[in-house]
Amino acid sequence: MTNQIEKTIELKAPVDRVWLALTDSAEFGAWFRVKLEDPFAPGELSRGHITHPGYEHLVWEARVVRMEARRLFSFTWHPYAVDPNMDYSGEPSTLVEFRLEEIGSGTRLTITESGFDALPAHRRDEALRMNDGGWSAQTQNIAAHVQS
Amino acid sequence: MSSPERQVRPADPAPIFAALGDRTRLSLLTRLSDGRARSISTLSADARMTRQAVTKHLRVLESAGLVSSIRVGRESRFAYRPEPVIEARSYLDRVSAQWDDALGRLRTFVEGPGPI
Repeated sequence: MTNQIEKTIELKAPVDRVWLALTDSAEFGAWFRVKLEDPFAPGELSRGHITHPGYEHLVWEARVVRMEARRLFSFTWHPYAVDPNMDYSGEPSTLVEFRLEEIGSGTRLTITESGFDALPAHRRDEALRMNDGGWSAQTQNIAAHVQS
Repeated sequence: MSSPERQVRPADPAPIFAALGDRTRLSLLTRLSDGRARSISTLSADARMTRQAVTKHLRVLESAGLVSSIRVGRESRFAYRPEPVIEARSYLDRVSAQWDDALGRLRTFVEGPGPI
């Protein structure tokens, strides 16, 4: 167990294609399964309805943080906000970052979701540095113990 | 009354992650993870920390449910509770699985011609 989720995927599609699929809100909505009302813009709240079968009653909400063309797209949101009766707005949000890298004619996409420990984003880097990697190793130890 | 949908919603994991995100508290937990309950004096001697500092960290762990305290005579003893770690882990697993699904659809979307 770690403090963040990281996924890397190599896509057989050029960076421009992937960038568009991530940052054009209609394209994003098509694969992420959410119908978004407005284009993405840094600092702006993005809202829409989930279109994933069985979850149509849910509202999707995220605030775009950075859009650095063909490199980095990020937003904050409330992870796993699946209960329509629950108000998640007061809860800590996590930071989702999509990083793009050109590899040949394809794209390496790395997604990280961090901040599960509720640290504000501006303190996150500092705190992670201080923790020095020991955090995740030790937590793994505890988890291993627990599951043995 | 609880419904099946309710069970999908995990307890708020943020306090658990926050409690775990500290080197001193992790070392206290690691110390306790053998299952034996220990007093504040024992733990502060082991950690070469003051009783006050150890007490403060134990209270944070206790409020996140990561340790429980029992009174033995005149002193409190603290024991590790594994449930929140399991909960936090399964929460991350669920978020992680959501990303796997989404990335699978992204791949189909950018690599393939047709609709997904």
